[in-house]
Amino acid sequence: MTHITVMVDGVNYADHVEPRLLLVHYLREVVGKTGTPIGCDTSNCGACIVLMDGVSVKSCSVLAVQADGSDITTIEGLADGELHPVQRAFHEEHALQCGYCTPGMIMAAADLLRDNPHPTDEEIREGLEGNLCRCTGYENIVRAVRRAAEAGVAP
Amino acid sequence: MTTTTEAPGAELGKARLRKEDARLITGQTNWTDNIKLPGMLHMAFLRSPFAHARITRVDVSGALSQPGVIAAFSGADFAGEQGSLPCAWPVTADIVIPAHPPMAVDEVRYVGEAIAVVVARDRYAAADALASIDVDYEPLPPVLDIRTALDDGAPKVHEAGNKSYEWVFASGDVDAAFRDAPVVVERTYRQQRLIPCAMEPRAVVAQWLDDQVTLWSATQIPHVLRFALSAFFGIPEQNVRVVAPDVGGGFGSKLQVTAEEVLAVLVGRRVGKAVKWTESRSEGNMTVHHGRDQWQRIRIAADRDGRIRGLDVDLLADMGAYLMLVTPGVPLLGAFMFPAIYKMDAYSFKCTGIFTTKMPTDAYRGAGRPEATFAIERIMDELAAEIGIEPLELRERNWIKHEEFPFTTIAGLTYDSGNYEAATAMAKELFDYDGLRREQQERNDRGDPVRLGIGISTFTEMCGLAPSRVLGSLSYGAGGWESASIRMLPTGKVEVVTGSSAHGQGHETAWSQIVADQLGVPFEDIRVLHGDTLVSPRGMDTYGSRSLAVGGLALVGACDKVVAKAKVIAAAMLEASPDDLEFSAGRFSVRGDPEASKTIQEVALATFAAHALPEGVEPSLDSDATYDPDNFSFPHGTHLCATEVDTETGFVKIRSYVAVDDVGVVVNPMIVEGQVHGGIAQGIAQALYEEGVYDDDGNLLTTTLADYLVPSAADLPSYVTGRNETQASNRLGVKGVGEAGTIASTPAVVNAIIDALRPLGVNDITMPCTPERVWRAVQSANGGAA
Amino acid sequence: MIPAKFEYVRPSSLDEAVSALAEGGDDAKVIAGGQSLMPLLRLRLAYPDLLVDLGGLEDLRGVTDIGGDLLIGARTTHYQLVHDPLIAEHCGLLAQAAGTVADPAVRHRGTLGGSLAHADPAGDLPAVVLALNGTMIVSGPAGQREIEAADFFVDYLTTALGPGEILTGIRVPKLGNDWGYRYEKFHRTAQAWAIVGVAALARRSNGQVAEARVGLTNMGPVPIRAAAVEAAAAGADANAAALTAAAAAAAEGTNPPADLHGAPDYRSHLARVLTGRALAAAAGV
Repeated sequence: MTHITVMVDGVNYADHVEPRLLLVHYLREVVGKTGTPIGCDTSNCGACIVLMDGVSVKSCSVLAVQADGSDITTIEGLADGELHPVQRAFHEEHALQCGYCTPGMIMAAADLLRDNPHPTDEEIREGLEGNLCRCTGYENIVRAVRRAAEAGVAP
Repeated sequence: MTTTTEAPGAELGKARLRKEDARLITGQTNWTDNIKLPGMLHMAFLRSPFAHARITRVDVSGALSQPGVIAAFSGADFAGEQGSLPCAWPVTADIVIPAHPPMAVDEVRYVGEAIAVVVARDRYAAADALASIDVDYEPLPPVLDIRTALDDGAPKVHEAGNKSYEWVFASGDVDAAFRDAPVVVERTYRQQRLIPCAMEPRAVVAQWLDDQVTLWSATQIPHVLRFALSAFFGIPEQNVRVVAPDVGGGFGSKLQVTAEEVLAVLVGRRVGKAVKWTESRSEGNMTVHHGRDQWQRIRIAADRDGRIRGLDVDLLADMGAYLMLVTPGVPLLGAFMFPAIYKMDAYSFKCTGIFTTKMPTDAYRGAGRPEATFAIERIMDELAAEIGIEPLELRERNWIKHEEFPFTTIAGLTYDSGNYEAATAMAKELFDYDGLRREQQERNDRGDPVRLGIGISTFTEMCGLAPSRVLGSLSYGAGGWESASIRMLPTGKVEVVTGSSAHGQGHETAWSQIVADQLGVPFEDIRVLHGDTLVSPRGMDTYGSRSLAVGGLALVGACDKVVAKAKVIAAAMLEASPDDLEFSAGRFSVRGDPEASKTIQEVALATFAAHALPEGVEPSLDSDATYDPDNFSFPHGTHLCATEVDTETGFVKIRSYVAVDDVGVVVNPMIVEGQVHGGIAQGIAQALYEEGVYDDDGNLLTTTLADYLVPSAADLPSYVTGRNETQASNRLGVKGVGEAGTIASTPAVVNAIIDALRPLGVNDITMPCTPERVWRAVQSANGGAA
Repeated sequence: MIPAKFEYVRPSSLDEAVSALAEGGDDAKVIAGGQSLMPLLRLRLAYPDLLVDLGGLEDLRGVTDIGGDLLIGARTTHYQLVHDPLIAEHCGLLAQAAGTVADPAVRHRGTLGGSLAHADPAGDLPAVVLALNGTMIVSGPAGQREIEAADFFVDYLTTALGPGEILTGIRVPKLGNDWGYRYEKFHRTAQAWAIVGVAALARRSNGQVAEARVGLTNMGPVPIRAAAVEAAAAGADANAAALTAAAAAAAEGTNPPADLHGAPDYRSHLARVLTGRALAAAAGV
């Protein structure tokens, strides 16, 4: 077992974990952050995306031990009192149906806008190439990210 | 009547933002895999690495000594109780339905079939212990190609042989239609095997308390599942509760009674603890039922002017290794749809269901109808090319005119409504059809290596599955009604209980809109309850674009009953006769005396108080209703797709996509548009990207999303949508929209590719139209010149 | 899916890392960003006994101007390659190609050193570094040594790294601004591996291509230089016809794989078409 300390959504956690424990399992089963789901084995779907030290990572493809000392933001910690502009835009543009891809999609979109606050539609689509959605056909997701960009996402 | 109230029907047609979203965008979700129960154990399955083998020995004892392992079982350990997974659709009297034990006992018939289960303290320990189970196999020959599976001497999947059934239908004199027909076109199309890939992998949790079991499952069908657990696995129905919590998409793949659900219940009982199983994606790609997988031979006979005389269809349908819940019926849902929107003199259809050593097929978004629509819309383009007329012109010459509705098709369906001319006209305009045709010609003229193609799909479908009597006549094992309950609470708020089971469709929102209109209460005052058989004891669940067209009408019936009873109570409150009251926008008022009125909320409170109820009236404003329609509903539309095809590499880019759909009256246009978008994406995915591929040994090669290519935002176009509206013949005028996009889009895309390449001599490409296949088609049309 | 058990160390110095790896022998594996390794661990296609995590070695990250060359730390992420000003100025091909690797979240974690040491023939960066005439800087039990990119890729998923050796950095010669470049990646979906990729560099002079270099992705078990194309392109007129003609030799000496996404003959064809396009773009045609 390896000792790690991780900040998750503003709270410090210290745990002994197996080295093979996936970060996403650490978040879901040790910390209880079940808002971050798992959709695949090969880092293709992006459902599990969280921010690690401020940038998007696929938490199924990071070991919990590799996150030692890092600061993680999950979908559960994105709203700061009120909804993050990307969350609000997803609601307003109907950018989700079943909602399973949504946490990863929102985290990836927030990261995209951090990197590029005023993306074109093509840049939005390419920026979300690592997130799969089976319900929406992506049209409204693109609209939502555009709307969040227009609303201005705080850096 | 007062003039200050809102007009009735105010909610219908409003783009209400969804009630469901708040939890989904903040991670406050309740997926089955989130559930943690005291003492809960985890299951992992050992699965067959062989497509076909005899099992001569399974020894789980090695697993038992692994750390954290509580129990391990083979199929033989459950031989007495595991029974056979049900098939609810014996489509013919002599259909072969082989036994399908949840865990194989003496023979495995597809890669991934469960052989043994480990129960451990956590999922890591369970996964580790699988390697300590010993199994001896005697490999048997796989059966992989339905075109040769019925040959003499072909290896057998089951002792009874490889044929499950043959189902035929004929209407009109087909021989006469083809005899001396000036034009006959015949094609064979491939409907490749698809893997549904709902984003939420399957998960189940089973917990026994005394003799009662609760099963949480990522399922579309909690009610059907409860019935199945009782009817086929011997658990008294009153002791079974099934919960579908938040469910992350289904597309038919969660319309199933699965081995893992049954085994969670049986294993949980055996070990006396709550048990959980969550599949991995690669496990799911192997073992969630697949879709499509047909060979379609289609012949069309026409006059020189393009008038269709007759159609003849011969399908081979891959059942996979077993018949699951509705496996054999899926191709037959397409049987009535090949004639589509076209008039003709005769039609014949034959389908042969064939076993292979692959994962069983079953319902996948559209289920039978996308296959049929693809074949007819593809061959319409081929017929147009053969005759030398514009493909849209050919369609116009044959389709049912709007003034001809209701129209009974050669397949015997009565289409109640539609306007193909209007939808097509709107689509052409949104698409700039004529402009794109000009550009296409210019590119062809200058020999542009990137060709432009225009694809047309003037589709219809039958949905709202549905009429119990019709389903019965097709030998389906259940009905097609839907149930709803309304509970008017004392404070005037409303609980709506629905038998449909949403998993992304937005019923909490749309149902609230319907009830708000019917009862005249605010949208916000309504809570929709679903997906738990304890809360919603009756229902037929969500699939086949049925929820609105059936379940939505059940809501209306339930509201009627509440209003009728409330009227009696209101009449007593107003000291009037019920016959003198009218109900509008939530208010009962005395005809001719608008000042004398009571709101339905006032009536609810008075009902609760029960101080002055009329004689014999009980103090409740609740109702139950079911609805069973007389007919299916028939959404239709015109989809147009423009593709740019790079003849040097074979790469296909969708340049523009226009969808004009007629789904009847729209409850929530935002939700409808979202359904259309998602449906189009799935249909494009079949046309261009997705295929479940088995190798020559029967190993699935597309187990991960790195190999099974679900497209991302970067791969798909933006869609332009439009709507035409003709009312369906039900009280809401609604048709259904869940599958329309998927049914329509696949042929639109492939027609566009072929249209781009037809001047080069290409008239077919097998789906998915990968760059390699497109390039090869161009090569062979060029006579092999590079 | 869940990885099999392994031991884990996260050394705080390169020496410690080398000795941990050496002690672990054949059953030890290095993890950096883990973006290639994690899926293999989860599918249990790889099951090392020991993982040596380079995550504590901050020195191995970043880009340094060392005169005629850039020195790129092995732990430099794809994201950093895309955004680094030195890379943009002197080695734009690497930034462009790194921007095509997988997706943004993977590019935040995945590293250049990891891509090269993993040596997947479908990976984008091996062929790029090969075309750039890069040099691998390696530390091992016997000290530091250098391996030319041309000698580094030995076979499918196999490099010239010896037991206990760790790739610490990559040296690439700076390219003057008379060089143009293009990475042409052909794949079925945005996130999919390259069916074929072509990394092309061209130096243009007086309306001609004075010098060209071409690296091919996924045209054999290792990344390959299209030597015949380079020879044919050198001195060719900088126009589409001449460069397409030069590209006709792109599949020479290759051994393309067969898989779900393409048969060898299709890949050979693609190599020719894409090489022509990449060269034309690199030459500013």
